[in-house]
Amino acid sequence: MLKEKFEILETTCVPLPLENVDTDQIIPARFLSATTREGFGKNLFRDWRYDKSGKEIDSFVLNDPAYSGKILVAGKNFGSGSSREHAVWALTGYGFRAVVSSFFADIFRNNSLNAGLLPVIVPEDFLKKLFGVITEDPATIVRIDLPQQIILIPSTGDSVSFDINPYKKECFIKGLDDVDYLLKMKDRIRAYELRNTLRK
Amino acid sequence: MEPKTLFDKIWDSHVVHSIQGGPDVLYIDRHFIHEVTSPQAFDGLRRRKIHVMRPGNTVATADHNIPTVNQHLPIKDELSRNQINRLEENCREFGIDYFGINHPKNGIVHVIGPEQGYTLPGMTIVCGDSHTATHGAFGNVSFGIGTSEVEMVLASQCIIQPKPAKMRITVNGELQKGVTAKDLILYVISKISSGGATGYFVEYAGTAIKSLSMEGRMTVCNMSIEMGARGGLIAPDMTTFEYLSEVVSPKMKADFNSFVKIWSALKSDEGAVFDKEMVFDAADIKPMITYGTNPGMGIPIDEKIPSAGSGKEATAFLKSLDYMGFSPDIKILGHPVDYVFVGSCTNGRIEDLRAFAGLVKGRKKAAGITALVVPGSKKVEQQAIREGIADVLKESGFELRQPGCSSCLAMNEDKIPAGKYAVSTSNRNFEGRQGPGARTLLASPLTAAAAAVTGVITDPRDLLNN
Repeated sequence: MLKEKFEILETTCVPLPLENVDTDQIIPARFLSATTREGFGKNLFRDWRYDKSGKEIDSFVLNDPAYSGKILVAGKNFGSGSSREHAVWALTGYGFRAVVSSFFADIFRNNSLNAGLLPVIVPEDFLKKLFGVITEDPATIVRIDLPQQIILIPSTGDSVSFDINPYKKECFIKGLDDVDYLLKMKDRIRAYELRNTLRK
Repeated sequence: MEPKTLFDKIWDSHVVHSIQGGPDVLYIDRHFIHEVTSPQAFDGLRRRKIHVMRPGNTVATADHNIPTVNQHLPIKDELSRNQINRLEENCREFGIDYFGINHPKNGIVHVIGPEQGYTLPGMTIVCGDSHTATHGAFGNVSFGIGTSEVEMVLASQCIIQPKPAKMRITVNGELQKGVTAKDLILYVISKISSGGATGYFVEYAGTAIKSLSMEGRMTVCNMSIEMGARGGLIAPDMTTFEYLSEVVSPKMKADFNSFVKIWSALKSDEGAVFDKEMVFDAADIKPMITYGTNPGMGIPIDEKIPSAGSGKEATAFLKSLDYMGFSPDIKILGHPVDYVFVGSCTNGRIEDLRAFAGLVKGRKKAAGITALVVPGSKKVEQQAIREGIADVLKESGFELRQPGCSSCLAMNEDKIPAGKYAVSTSNRNFEGRQGPGARTLLASPLTAAAAAVTGVITDPRDLLNN
């Protein structure tokens, strides 16, 4: 099943300069009872975004009209804790296509790669610069070039390359799907099972 | 032959195909599912019009959403009820064994796997749940996955996974009286930090680890994710085999010695190289408690909360203390407690209930304490009743509830109210984890018991021997 393709993303950014943002903050457990992938965006960062009465908390960045865009820029160790892919669905449901940080939790990174949210790992000093530039001018455009594996701030000329394994890169660029890939391997999987009958 | 780590041995023997320059296609022996992270995966199978490749390798339980009292009644919350019903329907449609509410095998996914003999040494095990590393206590490669990966396993019995780096954490020596496996792992996480093991798969070794029971080992491996590790494992030994001899299938029991022979080879070779090594002394470990909003923020119970330091880290640190209603450089011993929660996949096993009951026996629940004592499974519940633990609890003013994830995460009816302090034997103290605004202090079942009978944060060592 084909997914949305990802090649070049040029957009403004939303800064969240906090470290260790866990998936319970991204989407609290009480919103996990849904049985589809849709609708999580409205509860993204729910308890930082709204107060108990459901009123927007002005100081939270998603409620700041100065900031918008398809890239979330976050402090290190983003997405720690629970394995809930719902956290990725909440971010994509809200409209993000990429998250930039100096460090991601493993499961969150895998989930992002599997669910069409590009995790971009940059050095700590580039991240610091990025936070500085966006805070100074929220209209700053950032360009993520996946084929070239480069993230660029055109207004300052700062850029840095980022890593992604070639398999996942191809999946993003062509909109390919992991299950399709695995289904094509079924003969090899069955052969593996035959070789390892002891485990059965 | 080059010496190999136990992790490498298991991982490498499960690689069906290595994608060039990329991740491995890894065969999965055992797949556990629950109601929260599976419905979208089953929908994917329906959209693709495919079956579950090996329905016998997947086992399902209902745990996150369920109430822990009156389980014979329908679940009140409509969304929760719907999610449980969907799991049952999906299991029926795709031919998967399902242990629903009130089934004798029902319980928290990471408690029932081992106790029902599904979790074995040498396996690869996954579940759409980050605490899947619990199963690694039996010497296997087990780790948490997301829903897209749940769909991959259902469709092909494989996942596409990059191979993590290897870390060995060695804890030697003897734990002091009143210091448990929970304190050991909270101590290790406090040293490594909540993200310090990201990218690694951990092997726990050393005499202090080897002297733990299977329950204790599960508590340690369970919290591997709380320092960011992909998983954690412990090489199987006599303790493992004795536990397994009671729970494996009759077919396996009949040939148990040959399995023990195979499993005995599951250890890291002498001279195997790890990407990172850390060594700790068990004698340095005291009862631990967390004071902040990630599991790395733990201190020995009789020490002060650290100073704030400076810079960006100080901002996060102070935000965390502000949420908890604490300040730097204060002691938390003696701080009033409102709730006590004993349970979860970290500390919801029989040994944990024994420890809690042992300390509260002959004492009374303190005024103002609300306690949730929740067995991790139906089997644990029944054993607690048989052993008289339920009676001890009752005499001391506590109630043994019914099995489930309960107050570990605020998904069911067992929530901690905003602003209240809860000493919890669970695994996460994140903001809002136990309910919006709830303040969680992670600790061992003994420390939870000490708080439950005194009403304040208390060093459990002061109550033992009295």
